[in-house]
Amino acid sequence: MSAPDLTSLAAELQPLAAADFVQLPPPPPAPKPAAPAKPAAPAADGAAPAPAPAPAPAVPPAPPPQPVALCDFAARGVHLEAVVRPECVVDAAKVLDRAGYAIDAVTGMDWMAQGLMEVIYDFLHFTSGARVAIRARLPRENPRIASIHTVFSGADWHERETHDMFGIVFDGNPNQTPFLLPDDADYHPLRKDFKA
Amino acid sequence: MIAPKDSPAGASSNETFTLNLGPQHPATHGVLRVKLTMDGEYITRAEPVPGYIHRMHEKMGENRTWAQYLPNTSRVDYLSAMTYTHAYVGAVERALKLEVPLRAEFIRVITSELNRISSHLVGWGAFVMDLGGFTPILYAFDDREKILDLLEAVTGSRLTYCYYRFGGVANDVDAAFLEGCKAFVTHMRPRLKFYRDLVTDNVILRNRLEGIGPVSADMCRRYGACGPVLRGSGVAYDVRRAEPYSIYDQFDFEIPHYPQGDSMARYNVRMDEIEQSLRIIEQAVAKIPEGPVMGKVPRVLKLPAGDTCYATEAARGRLLVRITSDGKDTPYRVRLRTPCFCNLSLFEEASQGMLLADALAFMGSLDLVIPDIDR
Amino acid sequence: MSHLEPFLPAIRLILFLVGTVAFVGLNAAYLVWVERKGAGRFQRRPGPTEVGPQGLLQPLADGLKLMSKQLIVPPGADATLFRLAPAMVIAPALMCLATIPYSESFFAPRDLNIGLIMVFAFGSINVMAIMLGGWASRNKYAIISAARVVSQNVAYEIPMLLVVITLLMVTGTMNLNDIVRQQGPYIWDWNLFRVWQNPLMPVTFVIFFICMLAETNRAPFDMAEAESELVAGAFTEYAGMGFGVFFMGEYANIVVGCSLATVLFLGGWQSPIGLFPGIWWFFIKMYALIFTVVWIRWTFPRTQFYGLLNLSWKILIPVSLATLVLTSVVMKLPLLF
Repeated sequence: MSAPDLTSLAAELQPLAAADFVQLPPPPPAPKPAAPAKPAAPAADGAAPAPAPAPAPAVPPAPPPQPVALCDFAARGVHLEAVVRPECVVDAAKVLDRAGYAIDAVTGMDWMAQGLMEVIYDFLHFTSGARVAIRARLPRENPRIASIHTVFSGADWHERETHDMFGIVFDGNPNQTPFLLPDDADYHPLRKDFKA
Repeated sequence: MIAPKDSPAGASSNETFTLNLGPQHPATHGVLRVKLTMDGEYITRAEPVPGYIHRMHEKMGENRTWAQYLPNTSRVDYLSAMTYTHAYVGAVERALKLEVPLRAEFIRVITSELNRISSHLVGWGAFVMDLGGFTPILYAFDDREKILDLLEAVTGSRLTYCYYRFGGVANDVDAAFLEGCKAFVTHMRPRLKFYRDLVTDNVILRNRLEGIGPVSADMCRRYGACGPVLRGSGVAYDVRRAEPYSIYDQFDFEIPHYPQGDSMARYNVRMDEIEQSLRIIEQAVAKIPEGPVMGKVPRVLKLPAGDTCYATEAARGRLLVRITSDGKDTPYRVRLRTPCFCNLSLFEEASQGMLLADALAFMGSLDLVIPDIDR
Repeated sequence: MSHLEPFLPAIRLILFLVGTVAFVGLNAAYLVWVERKGAGRFQRRPGPTEVGPQGLLQPLADGLKLMSKQLIVPPGADATLFRLAPAMVIAPALMCLATIPYSESFFAPRDLNIGLIMVFAFGSINVMAIMLGGWASRNKYAIISAARVVSQNVAYEIPMLLVVITLLMVTGTMNLNDIVRQQGPYIWDWNLFRVWQNPLMPVTFVIFFICMLAETNRAPFDMAEAESELVAGAFTEYAGMGFGVFFMGEYANIVVGCSLATVLFLGGWQSPIGLFPGIWWFFIKMYALIFTVVWIRWTFPRTQFYGLLNLSWKILIPVSLATLVLTSVVMKLPLLF
């Protein structure tokens, strides 16, 4: 199936994009240029030392990642990914609702090393097969984000589960009691600092 | 005479009582609790309370290496285990850009479709048993035994297969397996007609299912319900066509869908899907090439930092596996978006005002496997 | 032996009482075996085979198991009614069987000219028993089930009685012995084929059979004990032999219903080929009907509750009323000429 045309959707999501945008997971550090190789062995008397290889050519730096970007489906599994400001999540959901998307999943992520929590909203379109992911970064100490269950009713259960697992509070979701965990659970198991 | 404290008070609408369906109940297949607020025989509110079989598969993903997690995937929805392993294996292969040999892809398609048929047979039999017909489930299990025998000869397991590996499948299939698949297709087609005559066309069944539990396409969209639930509401969405994975784009099959949106439509979708799976198996068995069944895979798997997702069409709907790696040999996060979770989430809204027996027929038509909801 | 003469009626009475009770007990126990074997065969599996040859001692094992369990009365339940309900299911079935003519003279009951009415009078007590059992259990599932049973039984009594009235018009007597004697020695003399007086007689038989299934709460009309919805319905709280007695009562009612159908429509002890009339023909016909009842149970799914009531009120009652009117017209037609 050919990649669906998502440029108009990307344009609609652009105003909601996050300003300071940290790529998560952090990409691997760029490979340093290769150091000149030392001679392999002390030169035997009479043998000339091996010539030092030329330094590797400089790798051009990768372009800075964009918050709203079309992705390679074969590599990532989504067509469009957008990092939006947490307060704009409901607007982003409304954009997708108007475009006829269905909610696929709501995923929580704990980036303890970076002090952030992230919520990834996956959407799919039934007729065009397009896949869109909306990401929102939250501070780890007090992760609160608006609930999109008024736009997509199915997000209610996903948000409850994410709250259970990570402790992210979804403002507006009426029922943040333990969902999959026991009724008296006061811990959040999928956090990275959770000790069983 | 002792009057029970909260007896149903006839037609009075402000005297409701709470009835707990489950967690131990013959109709909820698995441990699912549904808190029903009833007004006589009508449901005013149905609140599913899952979590009784929550085993934290997502946390287990973070504590095991990529390969050690493979058996976990089968146990999420044990009736449709192949497609779940397929989604996880596919996600890792997508991240590593691994090449899967063509023969392995064909084997994956054949085994996935056989698994889909066996899952639908169980779903069908259990559904009719919920409605009071105790015989068809045994006929269905009879046919399912043939599939299980075939898959056991190849994979070694009858239910929770751990057959796919990153880059291919664990072992090759032999000619006996392919002959067995052909024999099964020949055996199953008349059985489908037999089931249609005996069960599907039965007037009592039709009265029980037609018009019961209408679910609109927009409701499915808002809840993310996919699979036979969505296809029974008129939307011809199948992951095998929308996001073609493996080699499904090489096969000629239809996507059965019915516009009515009631339980009968969902029932018919599943029966037709069995027929379509038989078609795919036939084509695959005819076209399967020779060759290796395992591609080149690095010995120690370390995925590059980043996240990927992969979706497959499981028997119950769309399964999405989202993996995040931070460069180590264990995943950073594994997210399983399971079909039954999303299918059940529309139960609360859709069952308002239904009669209890109708609500149970509706839940049966959603074809739930409770461990799939809870993971 | 002459000194026994004055005691002969008493001896005969006792023998028949014991015989009837034994007949009910044996049938209740062995119909369970028939049902389980039949279910097995319909589902392509052998059914009970372990206990005794062909599983014939299975009912014995079941009975022992049930008798060894503690009879629990749930706290808060009405103890008297709770214990009374199972007895009220079996006793009327025994009374009904006392009126059925099994053979020409030896196993025939006294000539009761209200024999038919007596059967229906006692049959209605069955409903009350299940209702009491469900109500006294103080369990929501049981109460829902009891309410359904009452609704269903009331709905199906009506077409059954209309059908029986039609038959009464045709036979002209309520005495069960006479009804059987009227159905002459050959198969075409049976009431089932008496179409010159009631052109819809086979339809009448079918309606009677359906109503009998509904009255005894057999599938597809087993809403009372809709296993997969209401756990065990009105019998949820009964343990051990309390449940066993309800179970036996259900089979006893099936025996009553099928015996009645045999007597009213299929000629009772009359033989279809004019040879050797007697009790064996009665049993062959009765067990053929019972087998059909078992067969139907394992073939069809359960109707929805309102579907069940719709069937009775919207289809069976109009049809039986129409049959009644038609029969009366057809019977009086010769008077016009």
